[in-house]
Amino acid sequence: MSYQIEPLAIMAKECRKDIIEMIYSAKSGHPGGSLSAIDVLVGLYQTALNYRLEDMNWRDRDRFIMSKGHASPAIYSILHQLDIISKEDILSFRRLGSVCQGHVDMKWTDGVDFSAGSLGMGLSFGLGCALAAKMDKSKRKIWVMIGDGETQEGQIWEAAMAASYHSTENLNIIVDRNRIQNDDFVGNQMEIGNIGKKFESFGWNIREIDGHNMEEIVDALDWAKNDNSGPSAIIAQTIKGKGVSFMENNPSFHGKSPTDEEFKLAMEELG
Amino acid sequence: MSGISTGGASRDGYGKGLLRLAEDSRVVVLEADLGKSTKSHHFREKFPDRTVSLGIAEQNMMIVAAGMASSGKIPYASTFAIFTERAFEQIRNGIARAGLNVHICGSHGGIHTGSDGSSAQSIEDLGIYRTIPNMTVIHPCDDLSAEELTVLTKDLNTPSYMRTVRNKVPRIYTPDDAKKLKIGKGSLIREGSDTAIIACGIMVGIAHEASKILQADGIFASVVDMHTIKPLDNELLRELAEICGCFVTAEDHSIIGGLGSAVSEWASEEFPLPIEKIGVKDRFGESGESNELLEQMDMMEDNIVQAVKKVLRRKKMQS
Repeated sequence: MSYQIEPLAIMAKECRKDIIEMIYSAKSGHPGGSLSAIDVLVGLYQTALNYRLEDMNWRDRDRFIMSKGHASPAIYSILHQLDIISKEDILSFRRLGSVCQGHVDMKWTDGVDFSAGSLGMGLSFGLGCALAAKMDKSKRKIWVMIGDGETQEGQIWEAAMAASYHSTENLNIIVDRNRIQNDDFVGNQMEIGNIGKKFESFGWNIREIDGHNMEEIVDALDWAKNDNSGPSAIIAQTIKGKGVSFMENNPSFHGKSPTDEEFKLAMEELG
Repeated sequence: MSGISTGGASRDGYGKGLLRLAEDSRVVVLEADLGKSTKSHHFREKFPDRTVSLGIAEQNMMIVAAGMASSGKIPYASTFAIFTERAFEQIRNGIARAGLNVHICGSHGGIHTGSDGSSAQSIEDLGIYRTIPNMTVIHPCDDLSAEELTVLTKDLNTPSYMRTVRNKVPRIYTPDDAKKLKIGKGSLIREGSDTAIIACGIMVGIAHEASKILQADGIFASVVDMHTIKPLDNELLRELAEICGCFVTAEDHSIIGGLGSAVSEWASEEFPLPIEKIGVKDRFGESGESNELLEQMDMMEDNIVQAVKKVLRRKKMQS
């Protein structure tokens, strides 16, 4: 299936602006990992994920499990661009009573299928969804996104091993390989090496892509969607803070709101 | 209540309960290698397509169960009580916080587990799960009540934790009496107006024996099987408090955080009265026979008798 790349790039840009705006408005949040993930997420929602805008709770929808739940602004920006949540909603991010909780939460937000916030759990949850889909003989696919630092959690590998054993070919994972975690670069905290090879050795099909190249993204998502020989992993090489020059590859913007001046500069850069 | 007879262990009741639940096609069973021990293997043998084996990986199992619950299944996940604790944060964040009705069974609870030693003797599970919002916490006293309570969990609108035990204990219930049990409603095993012994798990039978010894001394104690630790049956506690004016609690669990704590929390706010607690007094166990350990920890019939006499003296001093 071929897609027009241009509209996807435009949507990603709008999402980036939403991300910066909601974090600036909340005076807290995680811009770096939201900006690194957004291109892949736009590709996923616009070309691969099977859902119904008019019924986000449709039983046979594909599930998307955002395991790196701190990158919630990325999800809220997409749900806003899809008109599922309003501008007011995203600007209430992290405030008392907001549908946009600090970390994505299925109890609070339509269109969210997982209550995240504690790293390492999303792949297990996706595996549960995948096993249930197989028991139901449903064609729904399960997509999970994790961070690269998140692979330091042992539970990821418990789930990776189990998915391969249970042959959940309906389960796909995307690793946002932005090389920065909370405290510092992954390489300075505890380098995790070749994540693709690790998944491969656990019995997964893998593909490595440039996570900011929309053609590669769409192509890899299409591959994962149609490969039925086992669970699939897409390792997306990304840049933390991508799209805002002073946030790019800068560990200090993992979980920090821009100042007034930085906000203006970021919005100018994003056009 | 009719006569006590030797029955199975409460884990056997869980296994039988699962088989009865199988008629609902949404019910699925998850195992982390210990199905033969928790007794979920009976379900696996009959319904392999609805059983998921996840290896020795409890954290993964709990969240796989959560994912299945979010997809319309009613998952029953079991392992040893102590190993459910390894996945506490998964249960807290991934199951209860997300509002997913996963039913967890921790078998081999308490020091009664015996010779495996302290690493296998969960004495804090009831306490930690009681702290989780919306979680139902159950600890049956025999196999027949465990079977009925397991069947009843399916219609709960909350996640649940049920602790079962490894070893056989005398039956408290007849099959007909067990069918009358309701989650959240304590069961009055024996009526007496001097004090009430509020017990759970294996301590219900021991409390029942103690009440007979007390009766010979002219002391009449109510005995309650408080199989549901959360939500606690406050209504029954109030009735008994008004009649008896003092309580003894008895549990194979740390006296910090479990049934004794729950009853004391209720009493301190609703009906202050003297309470004595029988349980594991802030220490770890060791290898040994169940009865040896109960004796070592002052959790035998005589200990309950002494606790009742003490609490009656305290009641008298207050009046």
